[in-house]
Amino acid sequence: MKELTYEQMRQMLLFVADELISQKPFLTEVDSKIGDGDHGIGMETGMKNVKAKLRTLSDGSDIYLLLSEAGKAMLLSMGGASGVIFGTMFLGGAKGKAPAAAFDCTKMTDWLAEGLAQVRLRGKAAIGDKTMVDALAPAVAAMRDYSGNDLRILLERAEAAAADGVEATKGYQAKFGRAKSLMERAVGYQDAGATSVWLILRAMREYTEKAGKTQ
Amino acid sequence: MTKKIINLPENCVREMTEGFLAAHPSRYEKIPDVAGIRIKDTKDKVALVIGGGSGHEPMFAFFVGDGLADAAAAGNVFASPDPGTILQTARSVDVGKGILFVYGNYSGDNLNFDMAAELLEDMGIESRTVRVWDDIASAPRERLEDRRGIAGDLFVVKIAGAATAAGLTLDEAYRVTKKARDNTFSIGVGLQGATIPGQAQPVFSLPDNEVEFGLGIHGEPGIRRMKLLPADEMVSMLTELLLQDSGIQKGDTVCTYVNGLGSTTMMELHIMNRKLALLLAECGIAVHDMEVNSFVTTQEMAGASISLLKLDNELQQYYDAPCSSPYYKK
Repeated sequence: MKELTYEQMRQMLLFVADELISQKPFLTEVDSKIGDGDHGIGMETGMKNVKAKLRTLSDGSDIYLLLSEAGKAMLLSMGGASGVIFGTMFLGGAKGKAPAAAFDCTKMTDWLAEGLAQVRLRGKAAIGDKTMVDALAPAVAAMRDYSGNDLRILLERAEAAAADGVEATKGYQAKFGRAKSLMERAVGYQDAGATSVWLILRAMREYTEKAGKTQ
Repeated sequence: MTKKIINLPENCVREMTEGFLAAHPSRYEKIPDVAGIRIKDTKDKVALVIGGGSGHEPMFAFFVGDGLADAAAAGNVFASPDPGTILQTARSVDVGKGILFVYGNYSGDNLNFDMAAELLEDMGIESRTVRVWDDIASAPRERLEDRRGIAGDLFVVKIAGAATAAGLTLDEAYRVTKKARDNTFSIGVGLQGATIPGQAQPVFSLPDNEVEFGLGIHGEPGIRRMKLLPADEMVSMLTELLLQDSGIQKGDTVCTYVNGLGSTTMMELHIMNRKLALLLAECGIAVHDMEVNSFVTTQEMAGASISLLKLDNELQQYYDAPCSSPYYKK
């Protein structure tokens, strides 16, 4: 599919939220190895708030507003570092934009790229710090490299790059959060935030696949 | 399996808050819809708002009081409160003179409080932030801003509370509080780990008979791991590190604070304080006040820290000002 309408974007975000909520036990398990084990709970809280917000926005027409509201719902409700970081991932590339009624590959890429830039500005994490940036940065790079116009392929590439990024976090020591205190003991385990980025992108790709078939 | 007297782990913070309010119904109230506590009678002054992850009680939530914080925003155990909670908490005590935020220097807290400060700014409410970074073991002096906040929160919150209660402007209260922060130095020793409610195992563990110097209040690693020594030897090592880092020397005046991390007893803390007093006297450092207690805890963690606040006339005036809360009074 070449573009998402406002309603399709809203449905995609609802699908992403449901997916992340259903992955709570997995995220908890991943985070318990080296973190506080609260990442799954945090994402569940954030995504429940996203769903509640999206339900009130069925009549809108601006995709950037939809993404901003989803980001704010996470940012204001989750707590810990991940609330601000994941909220900013959604909000950062949507704030202050001229309204958009449809999203194509360029808009999708620019939105996530700006989200990444804002996340890095706030969180000050670099590649290799064992954070969600390790999945989001390669995903954005892969999206930039794609010159076609099929959203499903774009997101497939982002998902694959994020998966590689998650795998790479196993080799890193953590620079932030509870895992920082484990030093070399954190090596061998994947980062929970990076895992969530991968799950979000995977759900987005799955949605475009489903929506593409019914078109 | 660590045993704790709790109900559902996810209800710990709310139920603790309700228990605190039940004990002090006339002085405190909950902030609607969020995990925050505020003093009931709002004062016409710069509002001091503190906060951070729960699980360190009585810091931060129970350090609301006269001459202390006006309100505290509480996160889940060891996790920063979200910006919405911080925003609501700050707005509930804002009288138009600005908000002074004081909290420990951790990435999660910094992110969430900064976001709340931006939202306040959008609403036309001015704020200033002082992050406590007293733990000298957490980063070298050249990277002060990478240091964590530990038991030194006590001194910084005390001074900030007195400065705002004295009616200083936001900028002046900010200056005095920063000065308190810049003259507060701490280091701790950890003996045994802490468990987040609902989890089976402590977040870290130490081998029997070993201690870690400079251990953080969430189990972050320190500067050296070693065999457990007699109290006097450990206090000597901690004090030496503190004096070296702070530059506090003969002729200076300090306030001291021996802080227990949760399960270390008053007996042990006072045995430490005895040696601390002897060492400071030997060094010719005048002691204005000694505090021995467990104000900044980490659940059932065993261990203790020593904090020094180097005084000048101005800081001493605010340190001596009266304050009152259920667990800390001057």
